Amino acid sequence: MNVLELKNISKIYGSLKALSEIDLVVKKGEWLAIMGPSGSGKTTMMNIIGCLDKPSSGSVILDGKDIAKENAAGLTAIRRDKIGLIFQQFHLVNYLTALENVMVAQYYHSMPDEAEALQALEKVGLKDRAKHLPAQLSGGEQQRVCIARALINSPMLILADEPTGNLDEANEGIVMDLLQGLHDDGSTVIVVTHDPEVAEKAQRTVILEHGRIARIIENSSAEKADET
Amino acid sequence: MEGKKFKKYKMYLKMVTSSLLRRRSRMIVALLAIIIGATILSGMITVYYDIPRQMGSEMRSYGANLVLIPSGEGMTADDVNEAKKYFPTSGEVVGIAAYRYSTGKINEQPFMVAGTEFDAVKKVSPFWHVTGSYPSASGEILIGQDVAELLHVLTGDIVTLYGNAGDSSIYSADLRISGIVKTGGTEEGFIYMTLSDLEGLIGGTGKIDAAECSIVATASEIDTAAAEIAARVPAVSAYPVKKVTSSEQAVLSKLTSLVLLVTIVVLILTMICVSTTMMAVVAERRREIGLKKAIGASNRNIIVEFLGENIFLGGLGGAFGILFGFLFAQAVSMNVFSRGITFQPLLIPVTLAASVVITVAACLLPVRNAAEVDPAIVLRGE
Repeated sequence: MNVLELKNISKIYGSLKALSEIDLVVKKGEWLAIMGPSGSGKTTMMNIIGCLDKPSSGSVILDGKDIAKENAAGLTAIRRDKIGLIFQQFHLVNYLTALENVMVAQYYHSMPDEAEALQALEKVGLKDRAKHLPAQLSGGEQQRVCIARALINSPMLILADEPTGNLDEANEGIVMDLLQGLHDDGSTVIVVTHDPEVAEKAQRTVILEHGRIARIIENSSAEKADET
Repeated sequence: MEGKKFKKYKMYLKMVTSSLLRRRSRMIVALLAIIIGATILSGMITVYYDIPRQMGSEMRSYGANLVLIPSGEGMTADDVNEAKKYFPTSGEVVGIAAYRYSTGKINEQPFMVAGTEFDAVKKVSPFWHVTGSYPSASGEILIGQDVAELLHVLTGDIVTLYGNAGDSSIYSADLRISGIVKTGGTEEGFIYMTLSDLEGLIGGTGKIDAAECSIVATASEIDTAAAEIAARVPAVSAYPVKKVTSSEQAVLSKLTSLVLLVTIVVLILTMICVSTTMMAVVAERRREIGLKKAIGASNRNIIVEFLGENIFLGGLGGAFGILFGFLFAQAVSMNVFSRGITFQPLLIPVTLAASVVITVAACLLPVRNAAEVDPAIVLRGE
């Protein structure tokens, strides 16, 4: 079953063509990496898939619905209900504790539930840091809170933008293991990265160049990991 | 199960209070702007409402504003009391000084002699400047400055006053000068003694030639009272002292207009000040707004959260403003009028409402604009 279909999408900013005629299908439970050099259109593609932006042309079918036709409020509702976002710079609400940051996503989605939020923090190994403010957490811990927040509403798609970009090696390993765990649990994960080691963990890697898909690599090591 | 579930509104309150309490330094800046605005607003309103009362009392120190004189054969204390019933009910009667006049001679010099009650004179004519003291015992007199200069006498001297006793006989009395009065007016040519002393010399009790009344009231109220007395008390003619009542009214209306103008200007400045602070606060939180939108907050969610924060801030600022505003008005009143100010209970809801409305209105536009931000742009740090 396809979770996401990009059909001939292009994005134009004035005279700049950031994305050009992209076609891509992402299946349910798939782990996909999007790679490319700076200016290749990674962020634009991430914004379109994450319903933070709309394409200039083409259609984006998420869970059978063309999000290119949605207005701003409709895109917000889709982000809330179907997508879990993880950002490179963590982006937590600085006056809320780790637990409250997770519960905020529940609050906007449906009903805050402290026990569920604590479980999500436990899953990322931060149950004992639940009452800490972001400023009291390390970068790696903040990113794990972001992951807990992204998965709390059981989204159909987890979208991570350079999730290890600001982390040291140890924390990078922890975060990648968490993403692997989400994938193993059946979540569809799309990671935008410039790091080949991060991309290697995915089943497929889409290489973008000059706003076009240059090639798609089927990652054998990931398949092996899946088989085992 | 219910206990484990966080109600939505509890989470909402948590977010609002956390935003205010954990961003304390930022909140204090906004709160300070609101407190200053609310303080000046409530202080100015207090002064505005209290000025007529303060000025009314102040103007009473310039003398009587209503004079009662006999309209026919004579006027008695009872007639004055009857006329008093028609004084304006809203105003306080500061005092009524009744006078009886006669003529007398000292060293062959003729003078006007007036009998009165000095306790009432002190209230009605507080501007009298007395060197020495008011007569406090029988046989003492207060003389005007002109009289003192003419007779070359000083306080403590004894003078012999003689005149017509009323039954064609001549009275003669040795009287001690207890004080010399300076007013800058006709009073300086008079000799004053107690009413009972004068009655003892010239005979006839209970008669009054004039009664000077000092009443805290507007010019139109005094006019109405005068007309009422003329119609209802035949023995008395009442005359407003136009010079005092109309100038009092003119000063009052100019002062209240000035304070109203200042209050409006301050209100506008407060709104601008609070709006600017709120704009800065909201601009500072664009990234947070973008993040919340990215994880699913609707524009309405964002606006409702800011509204909650600003209602709380406005209420708290308003409460402080009421307290500080009263102290401010009290300080103004003590400095300008040397009198305390009365607290207006109506100021509590008015200041709270104005403070909340101004704060909410000041933040609505920037929040509405901020809620429209593109989360993708904000999260990229643009």
